Amino acid sequence: MRGRGGGARTVRVAGAGGFWGDDLDAPMRQVEEGPIDYLVMDYLAEVTMSILHKQRARDPEAGYARDFVALMERILPACLERGIRVVANAGGVNPGGCADEVARAARRAGVGGRLRLGIVTGDDLMPRLDELLAAGHELRNMETGEPLAGIRERVTGANVYLGAFPIAEALGRGADVVVAGRCVDAALTLGPLLHEFDWAADDHDRLAAGVVAGHVNECGAQCTGGNAMPEWWTVPDLDRVGFPIIEAEPSGDFVVTKHEGSGGRVSAATVTEQIVYEIGDPAAYPTPDVVADFTTVRLSGAGKDRVRVTGARGRPPTGWLKASIVYAGGWRAVGTLVYAWPDAAAKARAAARVLRARLDRLALRFDEVRTDLVGWDSTHGPLAGPPPPDLPEVQLRVAVRGSERAPVERFTREVAPLVLTGPPSVTGFGEGRPRVREVAAFWPALVPREAVEPFVRVETRAA
Amino acid sequence: MAAVKLVELAHARSGDKGDVVNIGVVAYDPEHYPLLVQALTAARVQEHFGDIVQGKVARYELPNLHALNFVLPGALGGGGTVSLMMDAQGKVFSTALLRMDVEVPDEVAGRVRGRGRLPQSPDPNGEDTHG
Repeated sequence: MRGRGGGARTVRVAGAGGFWGDDLDAPMRQVEEGPIDYLVMDYLAEVTMSILHKQRARDPEAGYARDFVALMERILPACLERGIRVVANAGGVNPGGCADEVARAARRAGVGGRLRLGIVTGDDLMPRLDELLAAGHELRNMETGEPLAGIRERVTGANVYLGAFPIAEALGRGADVVVAGRCVDAALTLGPLLHEFDWAADDHDRLAAGVVAGHVNECGAQCTGGNAMPEWWTVPDLDRVGFPIIEAEPSGDFVVTKHEGSGGRVSAATVTEQIVYEIGDPAAYPTPDVVADFTTVRLSGAGKDRVRVTGARGRPPTGWLKASIVYAGGWRAVGTLVYAWPDAAAKARAAARVLRARLDRLALRFDEVRTDLVGWDSTHGPLAGPPPPDLPEVQLRVAVRGSERAPVERFTREVAPLVLTGPPSVTGFGEGRPRVREVAAFWPALVPREAVEPFVRVETRAA
Repeated sequence: MAAVKLVELAHARSGDKGDVVNIGVVAYDPEHYPLLVQALTAARVQEHFGDIVQGKVARYELPNLHALNFVLPGALGGGGTVSLMMDAQGKVFSTALLRMDVEVPDEVAGRVRGRGRLPQSPDPNGEDTHG
């Protein structure tokens, strides 16, 4: 049962993507393989935001998740037909531009006149950055405590994380598709629940329950058997893994499940792994809408691939919202070569010494030069212990970063020569010269809530 | 008492926020949660990671979920696209922690031995990745 108005009702919010680049067919499977009420997708990781800022700098029409437009063209007729509403932060740093393209996609799909588009903005702080600084907000780095002034001229973008109420407002005004920019990931799920259940802003326990639901839902299949450790070799059919569905009740209690017959697994273990993912103090998970307490949550089995989640508690939100500021952080490149048995690790290390000596002789200045042996210590570092002498092969990975582009560029030309000038039995240079990439550095800061004004537009475009 | 690897007692998931890694550690068996609370102190985890973690490790308890959460500041070489680390997002700090040795009563060791890892195939030719 769904819809507003009395009686026991469950609202099904389907998560269909945990980042820009996730399973392209997941949204279609969520729509086709069983009943859902909402389809929600998270497109924005911090690194994604930096890419979108760069794209918009080159082209003012760009700066959003283009894949979302193609997806909408494909999926909108089915969604409108079945009354499934879509919520996504695909707007990136240009929600208006994204919405324009979704409107065109709807026309191409033959549903242009029927589509009500909701657009949530107000997260872009870039035009107001100097005004905020002038008003005495130092926008200190939450990790280092430094004021923003030191890097102000290198800032390329600034977005504040919005909450779920603007999304709920867009839905309340009839939006079939809500395109948001930067908002907390959990808001994509909490927004529909606020709308459906009319939870009040001070109903902190229910809001917290919605945040827990959103947190479980926001990383796609990571709560339904993807990237899950417990007996990973027994998780069935990951090639058609079922993405999560939150079956929420007005009380705030919810069941995590997936479509019947889909791959993957929903268990207390897979849900718990996701609850503890990317959190700090679990008793105080801050969002713009509520401070959620994850330690009061209880899980119980509710049938095959069904886990019931109850007991979340919440407290009022703080007076601060988190902003993510992006600034130009220099240049980087990564070069790799593969060394084979015997003495693979020793050869790779010798090659790294040769390379570093050459970089020193060229007087190239870097902020950091890092050497790893992939196949040995590149992920666990010293915890990997010493490499065994019979290691069959190892990849040498040398990474550099610096504030100037030229030395990084020169580094990319110093890797290949090692093939003929360094230690023997080396291969794996087929991918050519390393690419120089720009570093987009992040500056997390707090902004007073009253300085932020979310804006909601809902409109029907001509067919 | 006997030593087991943490990977035999618990599963884990890790991720990043800027230069900070968090590792959620979940007991496979709820009755082993008190063992984790006792063995996995913040100091012990700090010592395990040594120079890999620049800041002070904090530990949080989630008894209802029989899980612990560890927060490791200054663990990602700057984090994001600044970090030159292979694991710049801290995705496999989880298993780095699961390498830890934990002292447990003998009967617990007997029950959990070999857990958390792919069971050894009885046929050495059964798993051919070169087919």
